[in-house]
Amino acid sequence: MAEVLVYVDHVDGAVRKPTLELLTLARRIGEPVAVSLGSGAENTASVLAEHGAVRVLTADAPEFADYLVVPKVDAVQAAYEAVSPSAVLFPSSAEGKEVAARLAVRIGSGIITDAVDLEAGEEGPVATQSVFAAAFTTKSRVSRGTPVITVKPNSAAVEAAPAAGAVEALEVSFSERATGTKVVARTPRESTGRPELTEAAIVVSGGRGVGGAENFPVVEALADSLGAAVGASRAAVDAGWYPHTNQVGQTGKSVSPQLYIAAGISGAIQHRAGMQTSKTIVAVNKDAEAPIFDLVDYGVVGDLFEVVPQLTEEVKARKG
Amino acid sequence: MSLRIVVCVKYVPDATGDRHFAEDLTVDRDDVDGLLSELDEYAVEQALRIADEADDAEITVLTVGPEDAKDALRKALSMGADKAVHVEDDDLHGTDALGTSLVLAKAVEKTGYDLVVCGMASTDGTMGVLPAMLAERLGVPQVSLLSEVSVADGTVTGRRDGDTATEQLQARLPAVVSVTDQSGEARYPSFKGIMAAKKKPVTSWDLEDLEIESDEVGLEGAWTAVDGATERPARTAGTIVKDEGEGGKQLAEFLAGQKFI
Ligand SMILES: Cc1cc2nc3c(=O)[nH]c(=O)nc-3n(C[C@H](O)[C@H](O)[C@H](O)COP(=O)(O)OP(=O)(O)OC[C@H]3O[C@@H](n4cnc5c(N)ncnc54)[C@H](O)[C@@H]3O)c2cc1C
Ligand SMILES: Nc1ncnc2c1ncn2[C@@H]1O[C@H](COP(=O)(O)O)[C@@H](O)[C@H]1O
Repeated sequence: MAEVLVYVDHVDGAVRKPTLELLTLARRIGEPVAVSLGSGAENTASVLAEHGAVRVLTADAPEFADYLVVPKVDAVQAAYEAVSPSAVLFPSSAEGKEVAARLAVRIGSGIITDAVDLEAGEEGPVATQSVFAAAFTTKSRVSRGTPVITVKPNSAAVEAAPAAGAVEALEVSFSERATGTKVVARTPRESTGRPELTEAAIVVSGGRGVGGAENFPVVEALADSLGAAVGASRAAVDAGWYPHTNQVGQTGKSVSPQLYIAAGISGAIQHRAGMQTSKTIVAVNKDAEAPIFDLVDYGVVGDLFEVVPQLTEEVKARKG
Repeated sequence: MSLRIVVCVKYVPDATGDRHFAEDLTVDRDDVDGLLSELDEYAVEQALRIADEADDAEITVLTVGPEDAKDALRKALSMGADKAVHVEDDDLHGTDALGTSLVLAKAVEKTGYDLVVCGMASTDGTMGVLPAMLAERLGVPQVSLLSEVSVADGTVTGRRDGDTATEQLQARLPAVVSVTDQSGEARYPSFKGIMAAKKKPVTSWDLEDLEIESDEVGLEGAWTAVDGATERPARTAGTIVKDEGEGGKQLAEFLAGQKFI
């Protein structure tokens, strides 16, 4: 069976969940060969093997951390040349998309971004995408070159599928351009202890209706009672009430959890673009005419400062 | 020497309109009003600020798109850009990201540049890959997804707020940058700006001017194929209750019924 390259997103050896989802999809179209780069790359191998990687190609060099994107493109290209895969899959993170984009230009291949599903087809892998703020679903494929496809988080289940996962050192010689963009400083984001927004099974988001940074703990308390991630609308972010990294929507994160709870959010098209594919949608808003109610499975017209704390108490009581 | 800035802007169907596909499964641009992609207004804004800081700078706005895409150029000119380039050719219909990056790269080279400024993503395609592709094709550094950007002494510096870290980036010019919607509110065109824009030069180029063969672009030359598009079924109407003091409990009941608690 043909091999499929899978780009591994990890932080110091800890593999992020979307990569494991990619392995599930990769196994539908071939045998996954993982490419794991940077510090801690070798430590990713056991988890990747448990989820179906037949081989794990690793490389580490200071360039990966010290310069933006291009060193990784050089490495993936080296892997591509060594493996001759039938497709190359990336997580749809900012970095994943950029590495994918440059690789596509280098190897002369078409690229599909933000797939939400992937199947084998007669003329190569068929990707499902959700477009125009999720108003349409399209099926597309790469018609020239080796398909390069980026996949959104939560597009497939993580499955155990033990495979050999043999670690192999990848030979990389960096191109002249690899050192073009220097990373002069890096400040890691502090962990909140809550699940990652794009990976969470439940997301609780607050909008302008929350009224101020000092009120966000109301949203956080509900999130914590459910083990959920916290999101925010752009209005709440622009007002400085919550960090931009938590923004849901077109210019923030796109989420697709099992359950999405919107509190004090009107449901503008740009917000919907980032959450419309959630399985179950719930909203609390005091305006019965708010467009978010067109999307909900269950909606409460009311003041979030009454409804949300009551819900939090009830969740805690039921969970005991 | 003058700092030559090229801003890539896209003309897109209005996101608040009823967007859909044409029969050949390309984006229908006839039935929905188009406009300058809002995310590219941030690119124009940052270009204007960089130009203000420079001793001498010239901003060219560049678009690849149909006849009406001139509207997007006019808007950028009325914000304060100096001149515009419109790449237009019937054979461009249906061009995908790879093809568009080729056309943009040729047009940027023909214009002459020290700095290319892009938006973070287009509001219709939302791919967010063009800036990286353009940098790859031009063979220059990419300094992308910046929430802060400045240029001094032939170096571009910026801040990139990533998922796991905030990074401070630096590259020598020439370079391609892209800016996010966190980079700073875009200005509204003034009346004076709108009047002045009418007199600013707009150059039109076709594929021949850029020495691009028609089979490298368009639907024919596309590297990807859309086999089908279906409208997402409307969500079935949900239950909506008015809070009479028990709203939180009712919601908990619903969530328990769905096995979330
Ligand atoms: C190019 C572009 C990109 C954008 N990207 C994004 C994006 O990524 N994400 C995003 O979210 N937006 C985005 N927007 C902005 C978007 O258009 C809306 O402005 C934004 O989503 C509104 O946020 P909101 O719903 O919190 O605020 P509002 O629209 O002001 O809604 C607040 C809601 O809270 C309700 N409310 C107030 N008080 C209470 C209370 N006590 N209890 C219950 N309900 C209450 C009100 O009834 C109202 O419905 C973008 C816009 C543009 C132009
Ligand atoms: N047709 C186009 N003409 C000019 N610039 C474009 C075009 N398409 C994309 N761009 C630029 O590339 C950025 C990212 O677009 P995309 O990769 O399509 O999401 C946009 O914000 C624009 O700056």
